Amino acid sequence: MNKVVKDAKEAIQNIKDNAILMVGGFGLCGIPENCITALVHSNVKGLICISNNAGVDDFGLGLLFQKKQIKKMIASYVGENEVFERLMLDGEIEVDLIPQGSLAERCRAGGAGIPAFYTPAGFGTEIQGDKPTKVFNGKPHILESALTADFAIVKAWKGDRNGNLIYKGTARNFNPVMAMAGKITIAEVEELVEPGELDPNFIHTPGVFVQRIFQGKAYEKRIEQRTVRNK
Amino acid sequence: MLDRKNIAKRIAQELKDGWYVNLGIGIPTLIVNYIPEDISIEFQSENGILGMGPFPYEDEEDADLINAGKQTITALSGASIFDSATSFAMIRGQHIDLTVLGAMEVSETGDIANWKIPGKMVKGMGGAMDLVASANNIIVATSHTNRNGKSKLLKKCTLPLTGLRCIKKIVTDLAVLDVVLGGFKLIERAPGVSVDEIKSATEGTLIIEGEIPEMKIN
Repeated sequence: MNKVVKDAKEAIQNIKDNAILMVGGFGLCGIPENCITALVHSNVKGLICISNNAGVDDFGLGLLFQKKQIKKMIASYVGENEVFERLMLDGEIEVDLIPQGSLAERCRAGGAGIPAFYTPAGFGTEIQGDKPTKVFNGKPHILESALTADFAIVKAWKGDRNGNLIYKGTARNFNPVMAMAGKITIAEVEELVEPGELDPNFIHTPGVFVQRIFQGKAYEKRIEQRTVRNK
Repeated sequence: MLDRKNIAKRIAQELKDGWYVNLGIGIPTLIVNYIPEDISIEFQSENGILGMGPFPYEDEEDADLINAGKQTITALSGASIFDSATSFAMIRGQHIDLTVLGAMEVSETGDIANWKIPGKMVKGMGGAMDLVASANNIIVATSHTNRNGKSKLLKKCTLPLTGLRCIKKIVTDLAVLDVVLGGFKLIERAPGVSVDEIKSATEGTLIIEGEIPEMKIN
């Protein structure tokens, strides 16, 4: 089953205006750099973007905000991005903030065929809104619905032609759950290998969840908060 | 009055051998430096690691290894790495023994606000709402008053809530307090701080029973 496409440009070519996208990563860690760059060049507009964060001014999803290509952002934390903050305060972008665990589980549920689930996160806060509530074991919960996307765009360390993926370090984060929840899932990998080269016991995302895969180029892997200790 | 380091030191005294602990951004991250030597603690960071180690040495940073504050970290031997849904399964499923996080406001009924100042700051709640809603054991690490000298320990929170009736213990620069039925129960005073000073810095109901001991900080 050969799911390989040539590059990011080919992988994203049928992403149209107003598409719903999931974009993997936590901060700038484990983000699909090649596909984000290709989206910037494609000039696609009106995107609804589901991602834990909004990048920084000049990297990650921040590049798409600079060109006002995203109309709505669904995320858990959007700090450290001035362009984004200005767009948000000026009302040029709609923002839906979701507790991080609920965001992860809503993606997982979307991919797993579970339409909704109860969680205690956000009960009694403005997140509750008019969502149905129910008490289980004496504790109040709110009903959260599953999320899916037209395209899920993820970044892995290694992948094979069948779409099997292995992530490295905490660059795994939201990538596996988003990979499950895309109608079309695009995976960019640092190293594309032949089937059989990855040990099936250590696959994180089974290939069934992935429709397109390519080997990315020139990863910058920018560090947002470089923190070190003295020797 | 305690500085940030000493607040962290005092909270470190609460840790028990074998605990899995999640630390929020700010003062809580300092706690890793003061773990008693005779106990073993494993730190969880909600972006997907158990067994988080200290910051890397210079030139050994790995862009693929960060904590939830987006800082570069190391993984200790025996660490494990997982996706975000699994990470919050640990949190929601109450497999994490202790959560320590900061606050802008705490109410005398245990409500906490720490994610939004309407019209001024909207960064998002990150994992805080999931953590406070599910954790059995939460310690708030904070200054007793804000930058304008206003009490953070209130009858009722004024900012949008992060969680409802979830906080049971608070360690501030002035005191250790438990949230009990009826208000903030004063447990310990910071070295050199009087009960009256704590009283005047606390807007919510302060419960004082008997002699209040001074904290012991090494």
